[in-house]
Amino acid sequence: MSTRYFGQRVERNIDPKLLRGEGAYVDDIPLTNALHAAFLRSPVARGRIKRIDVSAARAYPGVAAVYTYADIGALDRPMPLLIPHPSMKNPKTQRPLARSEVFYVGQTIAMVVAVDRYVAEDAAALIELEIDQLPVEMDMAKAVADGAPLVHADVPNNIAAEFVQTSGDPDGAFALADHITRITVQVDRSTAAPMECRAVAARWDEISGELTVWDGTQAPISVRGGLASIFELDEDKVRVIAPDVGGGFGQKVLLFYPDELLVPMAAMQLGRPVKYIEDRRENFLGSSQERTQIHTIELAATRTGEVIGLRDSFLHDTGAFIPYGIAVAQVASTSIAGPYRIPNIWVEFKAVYTPTVQVTPYRGCGRPQACFALERAMDQLAEELGIDRFEIRRRNFITEKEFPYERAGLLFADGLKVTLDSGQYAKALSLAATQLEMTDFAAEQEKARADGKYLGLGLACYVEGTGLGPYEGGHIRVHPITGKVYVNTGLSTQGQGHDTVFAQIVADQLGVSPQDVILVEGDTKAFDWGVATFASRAAVVSGNAIHKTAVTVRGKILHAAANMLEVDIGDIELRDSAAWVKNSNRHVSLAAIATASNPLRYAFNEAAQAATQFAPASKHDGPPLAEGQAPGIEATDYYSPSQSTWAYGVHAAIVEVDPALCAVKIRKYICIHDCGNMINPTIVEGQVMGGIAQGIGGALYERLDYLPDGTLSNASLMDFLVPYATEIPPVSVLHLETPSPLNPLGIKGVGEAGCIAVGAVVASGVEDALRPLGDIKLRHVPLTPRMLSDALESVGL
Amino acid sequence: MKPPLFDYKAPATIDEAVAMLAADPDAAVLAGGQSLLPAMNFRVANPSALVDIQHVQGLQGISVDGGEIVIKAMVRHRELELDVVVQRVNPLVVETLQHVAHVPIRNRGTVVGSLCHADPSAEMPLLFVLLGGTVVARSPAGTRTIAAEDFFKAFLTTTRAHDEIITEARLPVLPEGAGWAFDEVTRRHGDYALVGLGCVLALSGDGKVETVRLAACGIADKPVRLKASEAALQGTGLAPADLDKAVEASASAVTTPDDMNTSVAFRRRALGALIRRLVAKAAARARNKEPA
Amino acid sequence: MRGKIKPALPERSEDPRVAVALTVNGEQVTRAVSVRMLLSDFLRHELGLTGTHVGCEHGVCGCCTVHIDGKAARSCLTLAVQANGCEVRTIESVASTDGALHPVQQAFKECHALQCGYCTPGMVMNVLSRFEEPGTLDLSEEGIRDMLSGNLCRCTGYLNIVTAVRRAAELLGRAE
Repeated sequence: MSTRYFGQRVERNIDPKLLRGEGAYVDDIPLTNALHAAFLRSPVARGRIKRIDVSAARAYPGVAAVYTYADIGALDRPMPLLIPHPSMKNPKTQRPLARSEVFYVGQTIAMVVAVDRYVAEDAAALIELEIDQLPVEMDMAKAVADGAPLVHADVPNNIAAEFVQTSGDPDGAFALADHITRITVQVDRSTAAPMECRAVAARWDEISGELTVWDGTQAPISVRGGLASIFELDEDKVRVIAPDVGGGFGQKVLLFYPDELLVPMAAMQLGRPVKYIEDRRENFLGSSQERTQIHTIELAATRTGEVIGLRDSFLHDTGAFIPYGIAVAQVASTSIAGPYRIPNIWVEFKAVYTPTVQVTPYRGCGRPQACFALERAMDQLAEELGIDRFEIRRRNFITEKEFPYERAGLLFADGLKVTLDSGQYAKALSLAATQLEMTDFAAEQEKARADGKYLGLGLACYVEGTGLGPYEGGHIRVHPITGKVYVNTGLSTQGQGHDTVFAQIVADQLGVSPQDVILVEGDTKAFDWGVATFASRAAVVSGNAIHKTAVTVRGKILHAAANMLEVDIGDIELRDSAAWVKNSNRHVSLAAIATASNPLRYAFNEAAQAATQFAPASKHDGPPLAEGQAPGIEATDYYSPSQSTWAYGVHAAIVEVDPALCAVKIRKYICIHDCGNMINPTIVEGQVMGGIAQGIGGALYERLDYLPDGTLSNASLMDFLVPYATEIPPVSVLHLETPSPLNPLGIKGVGEAGCIAVGAVVASGVEDALRPLGDIKLRHVPLTPRMLSDALESVGL
Repeated sequence: MKPPLFDYKAPATIDEAVAMLAADPDAAVLAGGQSLLPAMNFRVANPSALVDIQHVQGLQGISVDGGEIVIKAMVRHRELELDVVVQRVNPLVVETLQHVAHVPIRNRGTVVGSLCHADPSAEMPLLFVLLGGTVVARSPAGTRTIAAEDFFKAFLTTTRAHDEIITEARLPVLPEGAGWAFDEVTRRHGDYALVGLGCVLALSGDGKVETVRLAACGIADKPVRLKASEAALQGTGLAPADLDKAVEASASAVTTPDDMNTSVAFRRRALGALIRRLVAKAAARARNKEPA
Repeated sequence: MRGKIKPALPERSEDPRVAVALTVNGEQVTRAVSVRMLLSDFLRHELGLTGTHVGCEHGVCGCCTVHIDGKAARSCLTLAVQANGCEVRTIESVASTDGALHPVQQAFKECHALQCGYCTPGMVMNVLSRFEEPGTLDLSEEGIRDMLSGNLCRCTGYLNIVTAVRRAAELLGRAE
């Protein structure tokens, strides 16, 4: 295989269009005569609906329709439970429109469809609503206690799921241990906050009986399957298009949000296109959130710091409903031992209902929480044993000769036991140490103290299971006449640069430039076998599927070219969009090859002449299309991973704390990461840096503040603090490339990598910084000024 | 998040404008819109009419007149920030303005608008209270001048009557030889202040504090002059013990209650630190030396 | 659905309308629109210039940034009627008519300073307006981050956008 583009920092194909403002996000798509939807949302967290009166809303000028649960026919039923699991006894999902009860502030109660969004909001405000409020318990730890108000009357103690996993003999390990460290940590709730909120538009063509839905989703094929099933239409008659999408980060992979069902329904009923463009307030009140977990973690260690056992018991806040099952908790629980040997593990979780927005995966999907628990515990163990934080990790890392390293009894999201396949953990750690360049950190700390500033060093390691199945596909067609290469796969992109990285893979096989490879994805009409973009899987699964397909297409090109040039296949090389006879100037263009591969009767242009039966080059021995041969240069193939492939990394930082102002600045941030072979290092770095910024958000800024009565007090970007450029430091990203042994391209996923370790690094650094002031432990993120002030007060400052 | 419906009016003269306000108790003045429009988009503000004063004669321009900077109602934050004369006669104004939101907001939002909005965490109201500025209010009945300390009443509330439009704000220039400083604690750059402090002081020949003014934002339901802290510094040589007293005296001025992210204790701590640092900075400027 | 009588549906809003006349990307435009229409919606839906994006409608994210009379401004916090008589410039005016990228756009492309592209028009309009202001540019790390503060990006983590601003300064001969 000739490799010219794989591994190169190729600029993205899609950028000129986006830079010129020519992107087409859902709300940019001009739908003639469209109506617009707005929702009435619950103002209370728990309540019984006594009365809904939509008559004033219906009568408001400009309103086309108002729907409550009573107006949506068969849609009035709980929405699908996407990932069933035996740990869930009585899983609850929400109805598109609340029927008799509401379960969180923001839950959809009625949908108004009107001539524009302004009018729709006017009308929604006219809906009369009487709700009997019910008591709520917002504190997850209290919500599981006997007597706490129940979110769902038939779910005792608000426990949505309970699951225990054991690997090895944890009881035995704890009995043998020289030392046991035990801490409790907490990560607070956040949300993906993509710059484009969610959006759905639907158009029903009553002549052809086809429903077209534009949806800013990460899962167009899965959405299509669901819509076809729910509306009882053939899948062929439902087309879902994810056009340009402004960021997803997991929030847009959930199906269904109420609007994803109600908007198509309204379009079909009203006979006009309907658009729902979620606004920012609604994104906070209705679109998925994640992160809240409380872990009590214990490490059983030898005197010399080898961790021989781990116990972790955690509460996971799943919100008021659990449509995505236990995915986040499952990923957290199976990532809990990180890159360390720890052969004996007991991990238990309870997924807890709280009367809040439902929790479904947000970038990291539980790994940040697990990493936070483990790494804070490792720091504490190091302190208690008097061992350096770097050293204790070195002593516990799985070494290269121990791969593949299995954790029997921990079943990852792929349904298989956790098996770490490859990596160079120790090398990553030592690289991090070198990059920090702190030859005399103690001296720097002293200098800073003179100015009232405190410097600290933070460190954390992580692993990331990536490349989940079940499969993805690739379809490649070289077009006759033009020779342009079209590629399809069953994903959609929200900024990850699929159009370029997949083009690089194809370009290498076909001898073209990535700019001549056109990726069309996100449209079920273009390709409709596949799953979705999530869980750091696109490069691994679609990448390998496209690679396999490209290898097949390459074979077809070589075969056809060998015929046309009358040489052996071995004498042909592909480059510059043509097939060349090696060591000569004889060549035939890809366009000509593709044209010749499709025998024509009619020559509609000069290039087509070459493919007609009367052209000089046409062969006459046997039929124009040989038995078993298909016209054109085209292939489809699939890749289904045998198991997840595990990426990893080490993050370290120097932080500066100003205790007087309770302010934290990150002075230096180092990221060593390894996602195997990198298709495009620039895009990989972009993914990592973006993840780190979200991680910093979760460490210092972003928290959804629910008040005791269940109201979300900061449902705006004014008060939910997504960091600006001034809050994010420059970061050094270094790559290690340990190829994955599990797939032909040797790649691992990287989409979520950046955010996993940041909370632990920052807490670790701030704790280190404040050490001279007293015994201050920071086990709760995000760190707020109040937390720091309280911590200082606790040591008498 | 679309605004509710309103009547839109674009008067050409101030008399027309105040008459419109007088005629409709639920009408609101629209100047830069950077505070009003977000509130309307969230539908927490629901005025029956907007009286857009951007075309009203006589509301443009900045001038310096008899020891005062005169800022007309339609002067945008950014205009004031970039004014070289203002930079010369009162650099504290420019230093404070750089903390107001972000440049695109400052390009449209007006100084007078910010004063009338009276957010207790905002920088401009603090500046006016610190420097002892005034505003000129025009109503159908005539004109009156309101001192800063009489203007800010409570959270988002001023003593402007419904039928009054503030046509200009006036700030004193800094006295010759005065030292000055402003800073604030925010979580993100450009946010409203969690705690903000401004300081102006003058030193006498022997280096003692001749005059000192301290004002804070973000600590109460309006900007606050820290008079007790000023008294603790008055006439002193700014020794550590003097600063300690000033810090102690400031604690009771913090009344903003605890919330999930901040606390009274945090604000007191931060306010104390700002007092020490900014008094030192102002004093260094008064002595004509920038701090190291 | 066949055989079902089409419901009588409203065609337009009954909002009182005002005439707005302004210049957009150098072209004179006169429309009658709802008095409460935001400039962001006016540009996007009345004029079809969908390059300006809407991210929050409360002025925090910067996605909607355009130029009003030569200065960066949030179109979500401006009523269309407030822009009467003004000169408005959107992202669509930045590249040349033949599609060639402006140096600021070129720098973003070279430096991988965009991923999903949603914040990008607002980011470019903000950067452009600072480059077009008189006076020296602060191109230090802090100065550039200060310039970018006010535009949220959720994808890139800002690192490459900072590099792109430096590169743009180079391409425009503005390097300090």
